[in-house]
Amino acid sequence: MVADIQAKEITLPLTKQDVLNLNAGDTVLISGLLVTGRDRVHKFLFHERPPKEDLPFPEGTILYHAGPIIRGNRVIAAGPTTSIRVEMYEPWVIEHYGIRGIMGKGGMGTKTLEAMKKFGCVYLNTIGGAASYLADRIKGIIGGFKVEEFGAAEAMWLLEVEDFPAVVTMDAHGKSLHEEIEKLSLENLQKLLK
Amino acid sequence: MLKLRAGIVELYKKVATSLPPDVETALEALYALEAEGSSSKQALSIILESIRLSRETARPVCQDTGVPVFYVKVPRGLSQKELENTIKDATRIATEKVPLRANAVDIIAEQNTGDNTGIGFPIIYFEESENSTLIIDLMLKGSGCENLGQTYKLPVEELGAERDLEGVRKCVLDAVFKAQGRGCPPYTIGVAIGAQKDQVAKLAKQQLLRKISDKNKNEALAALEEKLLNDINQLGIGTLGFGGPSTAIGVKIGVNHRHPASYFVDISFSCWANRRGTLIW
Repeated sequence: MVADIQAKEITLPLTKQDVLNLNAGDTVLISGLLVTGRDRVHKFLFHERPPKEDLPFPEGTILYHAGPIIRGNRVIAAGPTTSIRVEMYEPWVIEHYGIRGIMGKGGMGTKTLEAMKKFGCVYLNTIGGAASYLADRIKGIIGGFKVEEFGAAEAMWLLEVEDFPAVVTMDAHGKSLHEEIEKLSLENLQKLLK
Repeated sequence: MLKLRAGIVELYKKVATSLPPDVETALEALYALEAEGSSSKQALSIILESIRLSRETARPVCQDTGVPVFYVKVPRGLSQKELENTIKDATRIATEKVPLRANAVDIIAEQNTGDNTGIGFPIIYFEESENSTLIIDLMLKGSGCENLGQTYKLPVEELGAERDLEGVRKCVLDAVFKAQGRGCPPYTIGVAIGAQKDQVAKLAKQQLLRKISDKNKNEALAALEEKLLNDINQLGIGTLGFGGPSTAIGVKIGVNHRHPASYFVDISFSCWANRRGTLIW
């Protein structure tokens, strides 16, 4: 980490108990095997419902909302994309593929928060736009799935990461920092509109 | 045109891999305001470090190299069609060379073209230059922040927004509230007021080309820009939506004349990575 801050180190795969030990507000450094998936992947999973064994989902992994820039076997830039766009699919994905963490930016809604509480999963807000810093935390590309069909930006990439930083902003106990900020900013907005 | 093509490829590289100095300076200034030990301060420190890394290793500042938007001032006698072809060729080369992420997706086939060109992609606006100089402004507009844009038709009763600058202020605050931290704040915010929605949408985005320090020539608008920046930073959304004082680094407003029946306000967001640059030829 650049700034001096207390971070919990977490290693994938995550168990349900690992997830229950995380609380909204925790900073984490993630190491292990995670997988990317964004708009098109979610639509595909939700409608085609492929069995888990046909997909590159390791047990207890993190699904990272990202469309990296990849050249050859090198990840050049790899920040998160906005997560709320897949809100309509995410509860189903969490339930059926044993995902323990959703990582992206900007947070997700109440349906995902409920699914996280029910099945044991957290939301990790990583650093939007910090593409080079985050790419440098990726140690290797283990594989790609649907690269030709969906295009590189929308494919599933299985990535080995080390000390990848994020903040737990939605935990498995039903707490969402995004909801808190929204509530606070609504109160401030109402004052400013007067 | 071959030399110009190479010049545009270089412009792409500069805009994609480094932030304009005024934007970087504004982000550095916010760092001091963040509370010690907060997620916001920590995030901003990683952002500043990532900007430095991108510049030094010539990698894109953000993996979303966006939709390229060109604003071209053309000297009399130069063919716009030829310029358009040169820009498209330069785009294909830059996608490979910089590299840029391929972002142009065919609506019907759902296929990515792989080279950032397609129908209306990149976006190119032409106007006639006042002298013999060709001036090309390029903005790489990320789509996380693009998705947060809003258009209001005043009056808006639920906001108490009437047809005046005070009404405009209320709409902008509402748009920032709705945006929350989804598009990577601290934002730069472009606002336009006018008669028709296509015109205000274009003008609002064009405001994002203005330097952070640029003060509106109109006094009333300059005052509104300042007031809005102050108000927005009281909302408490903060860096990446983690809370705190850094929701925006600048608000820029442009106006057109309006029709008696219409009062359109458009708001265009840029993420902290407000990537823009100019090529003078």
